Amino acid sequence: MSKNKSQYLIDRKDNQYEVVIGLEVHAQVTSESKLFSTSATKFGAEPNTQVSLVDAAFPGMLPVINEFCVKQAIKTGIGLKAKINNRSVFDRKNYFYADLPQGYQISQFKDPIVGEGKIILDMPDGQKEVGIERLHLEQDAGKSIHDLDPQNTFVDLNRSGVALMEIVSKPDLRSPDEVSAYIKKLRSIMRYLGTCDGNMQEGSLRADVNVSVRTKGSKDLGTRCEIKNVNSIKFMQMAIDYEANRQVDLIEEGKSIDQETRLFDTKKNETRSMRSKEDAHDYRYFPDPDLLPLEVSDEFIEKLKTDIPELPDDKKKRFIDEFKLSSYEATILVSDIDTAKYFEEVVAKMGKNKDIKLAVNWITGELFALLNSKNLEISQSPISAKNLSILINLIKNGTISGKIAKTVFELMIEGDKDPQIIVEEKGLKQQSDPKALEALIDKIINDNREKAIEYKQGKEKLFGFFVGQAMKASGGKANPQLINQILKKKL
Amino acid sequence: MSDITKQSLSELVKNIKDKKLSSEEVTRAFIDRSEKSKELNTYITEDYSSALNKAKKFDQKPNLELKLPGIPMAVKDLFCTKDIRTTAGSKILGNFVPTYESTVTQNIWNEGAILLGKLNCDEFAMGSSNETSFFGNVQNPIDKNLVPGGSSGGSASAVAGQLTPITIGTDTGGSIRQPASFTGTVGLKPTYGSCSRYGIVAFASSLDQAGPMAQNVKDCALLQEVISTYDSKDSTSIDFKRNNYSKELTNNIKGKKVGIPKEYRVDGMPKEIDELWQKGIQYVKDCGAEIFDISLPHTSYALPTYYIVAPAEASSNLARYDGVKYGFRAKGENLIDMYEKTRSEGFGAEVQRRIMIGTYVLSSGYYDAYYLKAQKVRKLIKNDFDEAYKKVDAILTPSTPSSAFKIGEKKDDPVSMYLNDIFTVPVNLAGLPGISIPAGHDANGYPLGLQIIGKAFDEQNILNIAYAMEEKINFKNKITDWWIK
Repeated sequence: MSKNKSQYLIDRKDNQYEVVIGLEVHAQVTSESKLFSTSATKFGAEPNTQVSLVDAAFPGMLPVINEFCVKQAIKTGIGLKAKINNRSVFDRKNYFYADLPQGYQISQFKDPIVGEGKIILDMPDGQKEVGIERLHLEQDAGKSIHDLDPQNTFVDLNRSGVALMEIVSKPDLRSPDEVSAYIKKLRSIMRYLGTCDGNMQEGSLRADVNVSVRTKGSKDLGTRCEIKNVNSIKFMQMAIDYEANRQVDLIEEGKSIDQETRLFDTKKNETRSMRSKEDAHDYRYFPDPDLLPLEVSDEFIEKLKTDIPELPDDKKKRFIDEFKLSSYEATILVSDIDTAKYFEEVVAKMGKNKDIKLAVNWITGELFALLNSKNLEISQSPISAKNLSILINLIKNGTISGKIAKTVFELMIEGDKDPQIIVEEKGLKQQSDPKALEALIDKIINDNREKAIEYKQGKEKLFGFFVGQAMKASGGKANPQLINQILKKKL
Repeated sequence: MSDITKQSLSELVKNIKDKKLSSEEVTRAFIDRSEKSKELNTYITEDYSSALNKAKKFDQKPNLELKLPGIPMAVKDLFCTKDIRTTAGSKILGNFVPTYESTVTQNIWNEGAILLGKLNCDEFAMGSSNETSFFGNVQNPIDKNLVPGGSSGGSASAVAGQLTPITIGTDTGGSIRQPASFTGTVGLKPTYGSCSRYGIVAFASSLDQAGPMAQNVKDCALLQEVISTYDSKDSTSIDFKRNNYSKELTNNIKGKKVGIPKEYRVDGMPKEIDELWQKGIQYVKDCGAEIFDISLPHTSYALPTYYIVAPAEASSNLARYDGVKYGFRAKGENLIDMYEKTRSEGFGAEVQRRIMIGTYVLSSGYYDAYYLKAQKVRKLIKNDFDEAYKKVDAILTPSTPSSAFKIGEKKDDPVSMYLNDIFTVPVNLAGLPGISIPAGHDANGYPLGLQIIGKAFDEQNILNIAYAMEEKINFKNKITDWWIK
């Protein structure tokens, strides 16, 4: 590995290799109904309960484009700062498979709905721009289920005809970390736009990964292999790592790399050949004669632009400008739309005299830890933004100490309780009455005369002992700043 | 009333509206004649008892405002009919019963018509003689062992033989007009986008169009009025102002400009066809229309273009018949083996030939040379018509290069068979309306047809010209009922 942390290079005795990666992401369009039919798209429904005659390719059935899906694709294109094409064409990609009822997939081949765009990645050593080649709309296939019966394969057509966006990047990615950042950023943008929920477990987001290697400094692209249908970021990274090393080994042995399609075996952590270039399907693409070319006017596109929410890059900039956050903090808070929403709600609810730094620390610290431990999304947070904002204000105005706040936070989890009520009920209010604290400290000094003398003689470490005693005596509620002030004065 | 089946649609509608005939009487008459006409092999599926029930029901509470009140009719077996087997003339759909209704047939039932049954046709509408049907040849009522044409052969035969007062066919390259010409009947192929393709078993999506077949032009106009509707379920359906074709029908075509394309005078065309054409020109003149010589320079490329585009689309459209979801399935060792056996056994030779041609012309490496070039030529053919229509309102040509031929005569010669479509395919490639009307007989007494091609969406004009000519021609079909023992 190279010294530069973000650079991913593969070292062999005399050579250093660079990895070139391009992704074809398949993102399921968030839509109530399918791309060319009115069937529902709900995840997890009973097999074959969301299948229309069109989806099952009955004789004489015809596709009719779902305008909502077209809008979603255009919005995604706008989010990727891409060129929206006024005219695009649906083609048929012909091949036989049991879960492909029409015997072809309706896709866009020569004329996609969205052209070139870009995505900015925030890498540890700065920003990196990754080019988008195109985005096109296509139908998903059904699902073949091979493990329910020893003799037969079952087919579930619920997914058949569901709208997908295939988003093709340029071969601009250079490491597994960049791939991770790219997928996360793409997902984040689509979630902001509401065009894809990005749920990789449910298959809403998956990718074909194109990997090639070349000696460092070379400008030519090596022969690439395509790793099909990888459905988690971790697996993508593992697959790339394996595949890049496999290719480098071949080159080092003086062998050539065959252009082929490979599968990633997640159990063995290796890629395996699926089919060679020679065996590649001839998909016989041609324009679907059942569908007219898709024409969208500039007015239609402009109108959609007014629907676009603030996207992560802009939000980050605003957080830095408006809330004086560090770039690192802002990146964390904007990466997921729900986190950003939560943060902004906390900020809004804190009112005038707000401590944003404290809010950031509590969200990225205690709250994230809590969510992690319970394996929850922020949208499922047991503590509402409103109650967290109250807690933060209680710290800020000195009602409770940060330490007590942690206790209160724990008590808030059950039933999203109002922290003010917890503080009242449990009597956790901070003691900030100087007279009461002075009396308390006088007693402690009296009870520990010898230690007080040692302190005065220079054993300064003992200051902490007195603070501890005072906190203990107050049941942890004493205002630590006041304790410090009074102790300094009295000792 | 033994002459019920001899009545035209318009007469039957009038008699039912005047309560001179009941729907039951009419329906029974056509069923009786159909029963006696099994030798013609026009029906693939009969639905007689259900038709009689519907007729009785109609008579109990007749809605005489409808355009087809209680009129029985059989339809080509390419239209999906709810709960009635729909085969497309193929073994692969031999047991297929749709749960849905095509838009075109639904429009017909909505106007009060009653389904008699499903009519024979070439398999997946691929053929010009009805000989590719899995359900056997159809006899032409004109003469024994004569083909009725195709692919709507059963439909043409049923109308000519008076087994149904009217019918609907589909026309991808001439499948309504050529059989109409061979059987002495009238057949209209509407403008592409006029009739919904929803629920019609697809052959070549960019060319397929449903249309009416009848004994005369007026009936044809009435049925066109019923079946042509805008349909959001078909993305290629066009929302244009549709006429009340039968009401607006007129024989006044004075001053209409009719073009005669010189390229349709093809080599080896029989003299009688040329004479028929000349006669047709004279009729048009007699009606007060003007004749202009025009040129459609790319005509000779139409047939090869068609036989690339249509098979290409068909090869993809027919991929869904794979034995997985519905229809015929052969047993196989594995998925691929099942596909191969299902499709080898389920499709006939002509369909397999066209699937292979279509697969070939779409293959990478051949796509540009065949499919793409064919699309370019198709555009040129359309441009030819656009140019011509700057000068004329309609075009007059023969419907076919010959009269009907004998069953078996061209079966083993696909190219000679394909040549049957030479005058009809340019119309499909350009998406235009065309009508064939009977205009004379050949030496054997077999009917010959003339074709009038119109501008897009101008069905009314070609119906009017056909109507005016029909009056002058005064054609009488020679039906001898030879098949009724």
